[in-house]
Amino acid sequence: MSTPSPSRTPPPTWAGTQTARETANQIVLGFLAVLPLLTLAFDEPFYLELFSRVMVYAIAALSLDLILGYGGMVSFGHAAFLGVGAYTVGILSYYGIDSAFLQWPAAILLSALAALVIGYVSLRTTGVYFIMITLAFAQMLFYFFTSLEAYGGDDGLTIWTLSEFFGPISLDDDLTLYYVIFAVLGGCLYLSHRLVHSRFGRVLQGIKSNEARMRAIGYPTKRYKLLAFVISGTMCGLAGVLLANQAEFVAPSYLAWHRSGELIVMVLLGGMGTLFGPVIGAVAFMLLAHFLADLTIYWPVIFGPFLIAVVLFGRGGLYGLIGKMGGRNG
Amino acid sequence: MAEPLLRIEGLTKRFGGLIACDGISLDIGPGEVHAVIGPNGAGKTTLVAQLGGGLRPEEGRVTFDGQDITRATPEDRSRLGIARSFQITSVFTGFSALDNVALAVQAHAGHSFRFWRPVAGDATLEDPARAALERIGLADRAGDPAGDLSHGERRQLELAMALVTEPRLLLLDEPTAGMGREDSDRMIALLEGLKGERAMLLVEHDMDAVFALADRITVMTYGKVIATDTPAAIRENEAVRAAYLGTDEAA
Repeated sequence: MSTPSPSRTPPPTWAGTQTARETANQIVLGFLAVLPLLTLAFDEPFYLELFSRVMVYAIAALSLDLILGYGGMVSFGHAAFLGVGAYTVGILSYYGIDSAFLQWPAAILLSALAALVIGYVSLRTTGVYFIMITLAFAQMLFYFFTSLEAYGGDDGLTIWTLSEFFGPISLDDDLTLYYVIFAVLGGCLYLSHRLVHSRFGRVLQGIKSNEARMRAIGYPTKRYKLLAFVISGTMCGLAGVLLANQAEFVAPSYLAWHRSGELIVMVLLGGMGTLFGPVIGAVAFMLLAHFLADLTIYWPVIFGPFLIAVVLFGRGGLYGLIGKMGGRNG
Repeated sequence: MAEPLLRIEGLTKRFGGLIACDGISLDIGPGEVHAVIGPNGAGKTTLVAQLGGGLRPEEGRVTFDGQDITRATPEDRSRLGIARSFQITSVFTGFSALDNVALAVQAHAGHSFRFWRPVAGDATLEDPARAALERIGLADRAGDPAGDLSHGERRQLELAMALVTEPRLLLLDEPTAGMGREDSDRMIALLEGLKGERAMLLVEHDMDAVFALADRITVMTYGKVIATDTPAAIRENEAVRAAYLGTDEAA
C-alpha cells in the first residue's frame, strides 16, 4: 500500500460540516417516515412500493460503505450477500417454513457464513485482485442459483407466503412492510454509527489509511478486515431478506455483477465513508433511474455522464456537497 | 556485555542479482544505542526492514530477547517490544495528531474487537497519547490533522507513536532525514533524552547525530559490515575512513 498523500482531505469527522449534514439526515429520515401519509393523501400507492425498495438498497449500500468507505476494501461482489439472504427466504418459504423467526436468523447466519468464506479467501489479496476475486465469488453464486432448477433456475422463484411475524404484523400489508424496512434501515444506521466510532471502527479506518503502518504498530490487520467483511456481508444479507419480501420473488439477477456495480455507484454517488451518504446515494440513484427511464429508453446516456460529473466534481459525493453547502463554520 | 537484546546472525537478503545484505551479524545490548552508518545503497534500510518484519531474509537468524523472530510478522514484533519509525514518514494523515498516537496506544491495550463505546474521548487511550505528545513537544498540535503538520513535526509524531507502544528496541530509520538544522537538533535532543531508557538501532547520515548518540557504531558498505566499534575507535579506523568518513567530510 502506498503512503497516503498529505493533500488527502480529512474524514468527515471534523468540525464545520457537521450541522448541514445533520439537517440533511433529519430531512431524509423525516421524509421517509411520513412518506406513507403522502402516498395515502395523493393516492399514489406505487411510491410506497418504490421507496420500500429504495430503502432496501440503502441498507445494502450502507453495508458496502462499512468495508469500502471505512476499510478500503472494494468488494465488487456484494450483491452475492443480497442473493444469499433473499434465496434463504425464498427456499425456506418453498418448503412451507414461513416464520420470520426461523427465516431471518437462518438468512443472517448463512450470509455471515458466506461472507466468512468469501472474505477469508479474498482478503489474502488486495487492490485489483481483491476486486476481481470478490467478483468471481459472486459470479460463482450467480451460476449456482441459476443452476438450481428446483427453485426456478434463472426464471427465479415466486414467494407465495411472506415472512410471518405474529399478531397484527403482516408483511402482506404494504404499509407494515414499509415501516419494517424503515425500522431495519434505522437500526442498521445506528449500529453502523456506533461501530465506526468505536475502537474497532478506528482500527478499520487506520487500515484503510495505511495497512503496513497498522501492522508495524502491532495490529493483526487481517482479522479486523475479515470481521468487518462479515459484518458488512451479514447486513447486506438482511437487505436481501427484505428484498425477497418486498418483491415477493427471488431470482439470480439479484446476484448479477451489475447489481454489485450499482451498489458501488450508490456509495460513490452518496459519498463513501459517511454512512448516511450511501443512503442518499441509493435514494438518488433509484429515483433518477426511475424517472429517467420514464423519459426515454436511452436514459443511461443521461445517467452515465451525471454520475461521472458527481464523482469527478463533488469528490465527497452528494453528501460531501451537502457538507460544503453548510460552510466551514456551519 | 550481558546477554544481547537483539542478535543478528548472518542475515542475507538478495533482490534478484543484487545482494543488499550479505551475512550481516551484530548484537545490540539492553539500552544500547547502536548506530548503523554507510554510504547510500549500503543496505541499511533493507536491514531495518528485515528487523521490522516488512522483508523476509533469505538466510540468517534474528533473535530478540532470546526468542527467534526471523519469521515473525510485523505485528508480532511490535507486541514483543520492537517499534519502527519509517524512513518515508507514514503517519495517518486523515487523523488528528492525538488520534495517531491514541491509535498506537490502542494497539497495545488489548484487542480492538470493541464495537460499541465511542473511541473519541476515551481517557485510557488519550491520556497516555497526550503525555507522549507533551514529551515530544507536539502538545499544542494535538487536535490538528496529521496531514497539516510539517515534515519535522511528522517525524516527531512518528516517534511519539513508537514510544507509546513501550518498546524495548526502537528501530529508527533516518529520524532526521529531510529536516532543517533546528528540527534535527530537536530530534537529536529528544533521542538523547531516551538514551538509557530504550535500546535503539539508529540508521543515520547526520554524523553529528551519530556521534552524539551512539554507544557503538556499525559501518556497512555494499551490504557488508566492515566494522563495529565504539565511536572513538570508528573515527580512527582506516578502513572506515577510506570507505566512508573521508568522502563524507570532503563533501
